[in-house]
Amino acid sequence: MDLESLTRTSGEWLKATGPDSDIVMSSRIRLARNLAQFPFPSRADDSVRAEVDELLKTQLAKHPAGRKLNYIVVSGLELLDRQMLVERQLISREHSESHGQRGVGISDEENVSIMVNEEDHLRIQVLRSGFALDDCWQEINAIDDAIEADRTYAFSDRLGYLTACPTNCGTGIRVSVLMHLPGLVHTKEITKVFQALQKINLAVRGLYGEGSQAMGDFYQISNQVTLGKSEEQLIRTIKDVVPNIVSYERRVRQELVSKNRRGLHDQVSRAYGILKTARTISSEETMDLLSSVRLGINLGLIDDMEIPLINELFVHTQPAHLQKIRHEKLETVDRNVARADYIRQRLNERR
Amino acid sequence: MKCGRCSKPAVLHITELRQGEVQAIHLCEGCAKDYLSHSQASKGDGNPLLENETEEASLEELDQKTCPNCGIAFKEFRSQGRLGCPHDYVVFEEEILPLLENIHGDTTHLGKVPVRSPQASQLQFQLIKLRNELRLCIEEERYEDAARVRDSIREMEEMEHQTAPPTQADDTP
Ligand SMILES: [Zn+2]
Ligand SMILES: [Zn+2]
Repeated sequence: MDLESLTRTSGEWLKATGPDSDIVMSSRIRLARNLAQFPFPSRADDSVRAEVDELLKTQLAKHPAGRKLNYIVVSGLELLDRQMLVERQLISREHSESHGQRGVGISDEENVSIMVNEEDHLRIQVLRSGFALDDCWQEINAIDDAIEADRTYAFSDRLGYLTACPTNCGTGIRVSVLMHLPGLVHTKEITKVFQALQKINLAVRGLYGEGSQAMGDFYQISNQVTLGKSEEQLIRTIKDVVPNIVSYERRVRQELVSKNRRGLHDQVSRAYGILKTARTISSEETMDLLSSVRLGINLGLIDDMEIPLINELFVHTQPAHLQKIRHEKLETVDRNVARADYIRQRLNERR
Repeated sequence: MKCGRCSKPAVLHITELRQGEVQAIHLCEGCAKDYLSHSQASKGDGNPLLENETEEASLEELDQKTCPNCGIAFKEFRSQGRLGCPHDYVVFEEEILPLLENIHGDTTHLGKVPVRSPQASQLQFQLIKLRNELRLCIEEERYEDAARVRDSIREMEEMEHQTAPPTQADDTP
């Protein structure tokens, strides 16, 4: 896999091909697994880490469940390249900033990524466009089975898969959906959603930025409990709740349109206009405006732009991507100019 | 791992003992400062981890408890929030079970079971132990011992490979 060419492509999960992908940007499942005969990565010295990395790299080269994976030695990458993988959601920030020999196996479409020597020996992740958790589970389960056929995982009858942090013990599963909820944010009804989710033990966090106000109106909903419930049960909890949020968001959007179509049309058109003409723009403002344009397209208020390009811009306008596109290190001020240039070029080439 | 109070990355991992219950707290830098200054002010003893002297004594004892395989002391787990090896779930069982109950509301796995090895075997724990020994040998520059330990690891790895055919149900002695 050529990291330089990644700046010209985007992951399959951004293509908006999945069910309900106007609101559910992506579905994701990850499994935490460890090899039974090694200490966990944080307790492993360099030679053990190298041994684990070597072993699992060889394992992944066998195409688990028929999946071809490109193995990238993360510890051999420059900071900018590691950050780019973080921005594409292929590795975690922790994996980027960690130390010692480590890597990641990535499928061509970027639907599968398997981190080696993160907090656990293996962090397997499957991503899909739209609301498609069953597909994610089928695929990740098959990959997990294939690796497990050759390697002995750390497992106990009582506590399940044993992980470095007790918060992941048991199934080792994290099920999540990434939702675009501009309507609920606009009407401030998002807090009701938060409260309802907290009551059933689901975590909500903004995709970008910190705190309650998520940048770009993207929210990630995921399970916190991993022990005492089966994978299917944990998936079902999220599967049951997401359609309610989707229809809530749809209802709020329709209300916004019927109450003030002209005002909304004006707002999304202005956002589109700024993106197509700005000469310097911050990451925050970009997210904000892209969110408006995304809403505008989904409501039919903007008809000369497509969702996949907007989805791609959320990723490609982030710092590491911009610097990779420009082939140079850029400070914030210059990045803002580069970002505006890049957005103008991408949005206007479509006309 | 994320901070338990906001969504920033956690840098401080505390295991708190409250009414005999062990509780893991993960905090980011900001929340950690807040937490520490708050608990210091409220307890006045400068140590946020302790409720009273009786618990102090037992906690000190607990802190010394060490995994014979990976060598991690409970104190290290308490400060880092990460275990050293799979065997720690056995060594620190008494402390970890209430922690799991706290986090998950349950202590019994109900999900997927590997086809191959339902139990992490003694052989594998032994391997972790040898790897820890190897690390110490190298640190202390005892290279002859290191070579010997390395040979044992190779031997055991061979054995591990032979004793774990895909269909076997349980290879625990
Ligand atoms: Zn915090
Ligand atoms: Zn241990």
